[in-house]
Amino acid sequence: MDRFLYVAMTGARETQLAQAVTANNLANASTPGFRATLAAASHVALEGPGHAAARAYAVTEGRGVDFSPGPLTSTGRDLDVAIDGSGWIAVQAADGGEAFTRAGDLRVDSLGLLTNGRGQPVMGNGGPISVPPYESLEIGSDGTISIRPLGQDAAVLAEVDRIRLVDPPATDLTRGEDGQIRLAAGAPEPPAALVTLRGGMLEGSNVSVVQSMVEMIEHARSFELQIKMMTTAQENDRSSSDLLRLS
Amino acid sequence: MNEALWIAKTGLDAQQTRMSVISNNLANANTTGFKKGRAVFEDLIYQTVRQPGAQASQDTQLPSGLMLGTGVRVVATEKLFTQGNLVQTDNALDVAIQGRGFFQVLLPDGSSAYTREGAFQVSRDGQLVTAGGYEVQPGITIPDNAQSVSIGEDGTVSVVVPGGAGSTEVGAIQLADFVNPGGLQAIGRNLLTETAASGAPQVGSPGLTGLGSLIQGALESSNVNTVEELVNMIETQRAYEINSKAISTADQMLQYANNNLGR
Repeated sequence: MDRFLYVAMTGARETQLAQAVTANNLANASTPGFRATLAAASHVALEGPGHAAARAYAVTEGRGVDFSPGPLTSTGRDLDVAIDGSGWIAVQAADGGEAFTRAGDLRVDSLGLLTNGRGQPVMGNGGPISVPPYESLEIGSDGTISIRPLGQDAAVLAEVDRIRLVDPPATDLTRGEDGQIRLAAGAPEPPAALVTLRGGMLEGSNVSVVQSMVEMIEHARSFELQIKMMTTAQENDRSSSDLLRLS
Repeated sequence: MNEALWIAKTGLDAQQTRMSVISNNLANANTTGFKKGRAVFEDLIYQTVRQPGAQASQDTQLPSGLMLGTGVRVVATEKLFTQGNLVQTDNALDVAIQGRGFFQVLLPDGSSAYTREGAFQVSRDGQLVTAGGYEVQPGITIPDNAQSVSIGEDGTVSVVVPGGAGSTEVGAIQLADFVNPGGLQAIGRNLLTETAASGAPQVGSPGLTGLGSLIQGALESSNVNTVEELVNMIETQRAYEINSKAISTADQMLQYANNNLGR
């Protein structure tokens, strides 16, 4: 039997993986601050005697994360912040290390700790930020949190901390298995002064629904093509055994 | 089976939950003191199918790996405690809170619950109760011959009785506040209860130490913005359709393989 059946099979298998990446992007089309995963097929030539680079298997590879910004929607909640332009909000991940997020649905927990929607503490200038009981809270465009403490009049404003905003180059960032964006390696990122926050807004997912739908159709058709190749391999095989049959 | 099927299924689940939250908000658009909810989404864990930097052969490395996301989930449904509009009713027992804080009520089992609904009534025994019949804490008794009731900004309840000189103070409404009101548990009937996430209640007089002041003759309407909810509903519906499209596409792929292979 001709081994090109296996080339077509890997094509179909890898197309299914690519379809899974697209499905994940679509499932997260309304997750605040989500960043789309990019994937592309590339080829791996089969080396060895007798192959002479005639066979190349397909491999679906991650092409990293799409870091383009998502749309901003107004929510009116004073603890919702969105980053205008490039930049990240630093949060403390479950392993104690620093992770970056674009989802600014912040809240204050029962201990007064400022956390994001996932419950991870938001980092300030020196570690997680704790917010004293407040009557009103304002997050400035540079991340400075000022509050009017409980029972104080409007003239008394206290500056609590400043949200650690960073702007590392996209090439230094990777996504971990927990879905968190982190620095791939190297020294801690210095705070960036030019990242601006907008209060009362949330950033949506940057998944382009139309693009993902087209990708999905393309994957489906390319999958059918691979199956077609497999049936062709089967037909070839059948014809050759017919030829050799001694009737 | 095809992973895409299960990933798209998580998308359908999450959008369905979001739709329930939106429907609940819309259904309570006219509920006094209701606070709207919001579904919080997060992406699920990622699977490493191919490790980036692994050896493709002895001398070559895979330049990039493949991380497969596994979908989306609703991590929480949080309540948004923005102020609702104040509606003037001119009913002496209607009280709205302007600012932070909750009225405290006593549940039949002896525990406390908290509410923003201030449509009070007087029970058979003269107790100040909520529209649901729960006694307001601390208990306030209105004498049965009271001609008028006035509730001050600071919660002081005073009545005018026939033959009395001026008005008599019969008690004071106190408000409770929480560090994280979003952590309160909604138990229905417009009531919320304390949880570990909300922190302990801090009780005080209205208008002091950051608590809101009371306004007699007004009610706080729900903070649901119907237009916003309708837009959310459209977005949810379309996202749901897209995810079901992903399922049918994955299904067609498998179907095609089934129909064409191995015959």
